Amino acid sequence: MDPYAALIQPFVEFGFMRRALVACLALSLGCGPVGVLLVLRRMSLVGDALSHAVLPGAAIGFMIAGLSLVVMGFGGFIAGLAVAVLSGLVARVTPQREDASFAAFYLISLALGVLIVSTRGSNVDLVHVLFGTILAVDDASLLLVVSIATLTLVVLAVIGRGLIVECFDPGFLRAVGGPGAILHFAFLVLVVMNLVAGFHALGTLMAVGLMMLPAAAARFWAGQVTTLAATSSAIALAAGYAGLLLSFHANLPSGPAIILVAGGVYIVSVVAGPRGSLRTRFLPRRHLEA
Amino acid sequence: MTAGFSLNDVTLGYDRHPAVHHLTGSFLAGSLTAVVGPNGSGKSTLLKGLIGLLSPLDGRLERNGLRQRDIAYLPQQAEIDRSFPISVMETVLLGHWRTIGLFRPITRALRRQAEDALVAVGLDGFGRRPIASLSTGQFQRVLFARMLLQDCPVILLDEPFTAIDAKTTADLLAVVTRWHGERRTVIAVLHDLDQVRENFPDTLLISRKPIAWGSTAEVLRAEHLFQARQMAEAWDDRAEICRRSVI
Repeated sequence: MDPYAALIQPFVEFGFMRRALVACLALSLGCGPVGVLLVLRRMSLVGDALSHAVLPGAAIGFMIAGLSLVVMGFGGFIAGLAVAVLSGLVARVTPQREDASFAAFYLISLALGVLIVSTRGSNVDLVHVLFGTILAVDDASLLLVVSIATLTLVVLAVIGRGLIVECFDPGFLRAVGGPGAILHFAFLVLVVMNLVAGFHALGTLMAVGLMMLPAAAARFWAGQVTTLAATSSAIALAAGYAGLLLSFHANLPSGPAIILVAGGVYIVSVVAGPRGSLRTRFLPRRHLEA
Repeated sequence: MTAGFSLNDVTLGYDRHPAVHHLTGSFLAGSLTAVVGPNGSGKSTLLKGLIGLLSPLDGRLERNGLRQRDIAYLPQQAEIDRSFPISVMETVLLGHWRTIGLFRPITRALRRQAEDALVAVGLDGFGRRPIASLSTGQFQRVLFARMLLQDCPVILLDEPFTAIDAKTTADLLAVVTRWHGERRTVIAVLHDLDQVRENFPDTLLISRKPIAWGSTAEVLRAEHLFQARQMAEAWDDRAEICRRSVI
């Protein structure tokens, strides 16, 4: 197969592939920086929990409006936010830590979601909700995904400094009277929003993959928040592009293909990245003078 | 001289259990006070109460018009993630928070002040280094540089020289002395009594209750120090309600 046919032609020829690629681009731009901040806050698993928490809202949306990604997305947003708020509340007013309260609420939410979907929909629908439909992204949901990415970048530009300080030195922010709780909440809103965007394309189970894997991989390539975010977005986009091609040529489901490519990039980064990878640890170069 | 903080029978603690109780006195504006006492005697709790992170269980704590942002606070174990990918310069620039806040730009003048602060704490040329590459002592210098920029009338330091070498301690003590010369109120929790005698005019000796408060020579006498060591360490779950009357 010549390179053009392998790498470009599918997107030229098929509208659904083009739309899927644009959705991946938008997802990458939003999920890259959000994922990096999640990793820096040591909240990687909270992202995972939130992505599962989205399910009952999406399921209720599905019951109301069928397979409308906009309604399901809105429902998912509300459900994810509810879990984030409730776990944050429990963590703030009781001695329980946030990771435990998050786990509790997301499990409740996930069970509720599976219950709703399995009583009211057929199994095919469940597969749709769980694994996403990036190859069937319509104009309305593409618009939603792109809007979420745009809003995410704008919000990050506005409150980025606060988010970084709140993560790096929360005690300082409290001492200078900074709005730590508001920033934390705004950040959780961003996470849920981007998970909803990802869940359109990749399904609730895979949505968090495009957020966490590139961010986790970026750590082995970059050393500042800005470069980490850029690296993470670039990896996410590359994974989206390669994953779509893989799914097209090998006739595989697109969501898992994309996430597996991102997973491959992560493993290569762990092994061979220039910062703290296995290579730098086990094949060290001669030390410097100072 | 006006009082920086005045305490009237203040009790501070957690879950109704006092960490330090029945504290009465004043930290005068422009004073340089060491807070001394055994581990668990309530020193850190007192600083948290002064800055307002903890409300008194009892008594009255007056800040005399000081707002929270007028107080720079160096906690004993800062919740700082020292592996965070941020540079020394960016960390120090946070000291400008009152000016820049969440949204305002960092001007060249502010950046120059940050460079001067780095020079003042002996870290000239470290601006671009990631904080993850610093030693404990160098990092403490960075935090002092940040406090220099905060430019607060009141500075609270919780064990600022623990696990810090002699050279760094001497350099940072010079910064403390400079603050005192600028008539800022400095309150520092310390353990090294010789250091206190040499550098701190006033001392508060506590041991879950006040033992002595006044000039350092007067406070750090053998009988006071002996008294402080007799402190009850206990957290008694069945402790009775404290009946001690208000002084």
